[in-house]
Amino acid sequence: MSEVPSELRDEIPKFDDDARQDHGPVGMTALTSMRTAKSALEIGTIIGLAIGVFWLIELILRVTDTPEFVLPKPTQVVTTLVGDWGTLYGPHLWVTVQTFLMGFAIGASIGLLLAAVITQLPFVEKVVAPYIIIMVTMPMVALIPFLRLKMGFGIGPIVIAVALASGPMVMINSATGFRRTDLAKIALARSYGASTFQIFRQIRFPMALPMIIVGFMVGAIFGLLTTVGGELVAGSERGGLGRQLKFFSSLIILDGFWATIVVIAALGVTIYVVFFLIGKKWASWQT
Amino acid sequence: MSTGLAATGSSTGGEPLGDQAKIRCDQATKVYETQTGQLVALDHFSLDIAAGELVTILGPSGCGKTTLLWSMSGLHGLTDGQVLIDGTAVSGPRPDTVGMVFQEANLLPWRNLRKNIDFAFEIRKKRKNKERIEHLLEQTGLAGFTKAFPRELSGGMQQRASIVRALAQDPEILLMDEPFSALDAFTRDEMNRLLLKLWEESGQTIVFVTHNISEAIFLADRVVVMTARPGRLAHIYNIDLPRPRNIDMTFEPHFIELIQDVKRVVETGGHAIEVE
Ligand SMILES: Nc1ncnc2c1ncn2[C@@H]1O[C@H](COP(=O)(O)OP(=O)(O)OP(=O)(O)O)[C@@H](O)[C@H]1O
Ligand SMILES: [Mg+2]
Repeated sequence: MSEVPSELRDEIPKFDDDARQDHGPVGMTALTSMRTAKSALEIGTIIGLAIGVFWLIELILRVTDTPEFVLPKPTQVVTTLVGDWGTLYGPHLWVTVQTFLMGFAIGASIGLLLAAVITQLPFVEKVVAPYIIIMVTMPMVALIPFLRLKMGFGIGPIVIAVALASGPMVMINSATGFRRTDLAKIALARSYGASTFQIFRQIRFPMALPMIIVGFMVGAIFGLLTTVGGELVAGSERGGLGRQLKFFSSLIILDGFWATIVVIAALGVTIYVVFFLIGKKWASWQT
Repeated sequence: MSTGLAATGSSTGGEPLGDQAKIRCDQATKVYETQTGQLVALDHFSLDIAAGELVTILGPSGCGKTTLLWSMSGLHGLTDGQVLIDGTAVSGPRPDTVGMVFQEANLLPWRNLRKNIDFAFEIRKKRKNKERIEHLLEQTGLAGFTKAFPRELSGGMQQRASIVRALAQDPEILLMDEPFSALDAFTRDEMNRLLLKLWEESGQTIVFVTHNISEAIFLADRVVVMTARPGRLAHIYNIDLPRPRNIDMTFEPHFIELIQDVKRVVETGGHAIEVE
């Protein structure tokens, strides 16, 4: 098939050219490009390495006779983690998870909804953009002492801060997703008589989904940061992992402190893995 | 203007068909507002197409063929003039009558091949015609790929999938925008034969846009040649080759003459059309 001379071609718009792909703060590839272990050998090596590091630290601390208040031995940390799980860690993990989930659920749903609405109204979008930037960049932990004054010592103020931290993150990424309009795909749906809602449900939403998932992931990580930070600066009466950090450090109980750090790290990784799997399932068509 | 031995032609909208016309373009004009000013994509284009007719449209790239099909399908409005289908002015898509095969396959990347075909049924809230779908998949050589996602299919397979999606709806009018452009010559012949077979069985009205002169003649009752931008009607050829047609006809001197004849008109009226 011979080609058409290019001077005749240059003005033809490509209707389904997706030039606006991945312009959000974080690209979808950040979610799915991480290599995952496949073979037994790889998994074995990873576990072996972790065990090796664990005992290496243990050995160094024993040989150098490092005092516990400088750095506790890994075995001590594990001992308290397992032994005191039911009193010192489990219940506080549960408080942190609850606070986080409540704040994130509120923030993410409002953020998603606003993104969906606002991207349909270009004027409104321009007007509110500066406020969104402020909200994205503002460390919401800073508001908690103020909210405490108004709302008392429950988890309420932290929940609000978490919502304020994760919501704008979800929104800004989702908006990037919803802005990817593909005229040809919308035309396709319209040619079958699709309603506005069907176009949203069947075209706009799936097109936006990879960026929405990115937004949820980043929002969740910001939310966790804010939860732990909030508990740390203004611990609620119900406790939480952040407040435990403060409690252990003020009493110089460093094995407890490090055990709490391990729990927080595990929580963060769990959140990452959950969204990684969601991204793999629902957004892998994009890569 | 020269006309071929067996082809009669005209440079107006053909014989006016009156109320008989399945599709009537009446002074259809489309002007795009662009950053560099107004762009006339379609200029007083008039054409009557009879029910059951297979009309192919030839024209250089950018002459307004896609614009014309989108106007017929009601996907966008006209600046001036109108398109009538079954005697009423088109003001929006008519999914119960008109099916569209888009330029470039336009599959939804998050749906696998089968779900892409189902998409049209879902939107229209129609029960699937399973037998027809299976038959079409079989005929287009896609039967083994129903679970594959668009990114896993070749360009030609994607195009075939988009044709199956449109044909599965069995619309009265089928508008096809360069549906076979990404296919190799063999598959293209194959698809042309399939299209003719389905068309002969169904009696659909088909408007088929192509850059390929040989394909345009092989398929058509009439070949409509458009001028380079702004898109105007340059010439209409009545193709009187007997039906059913077969690929061997394309090697006969008569057919070659037709190609040369059309090519000549295209070169004066429009240009940059390929000849196989
Ligand atoms: N949405 C649009 N906005 C502005 N200009 C447009 C738009 N769509 C098409 N055009 C212009 O209108 C003219 C005709 O475009 P059209 O897509 O109809 O051409 P075509 O004949 O289908 O070309 P091709 O054979 O390359 O597909 C071109 O110059 C194109 O740049
Ligand atoms: Mg085109």
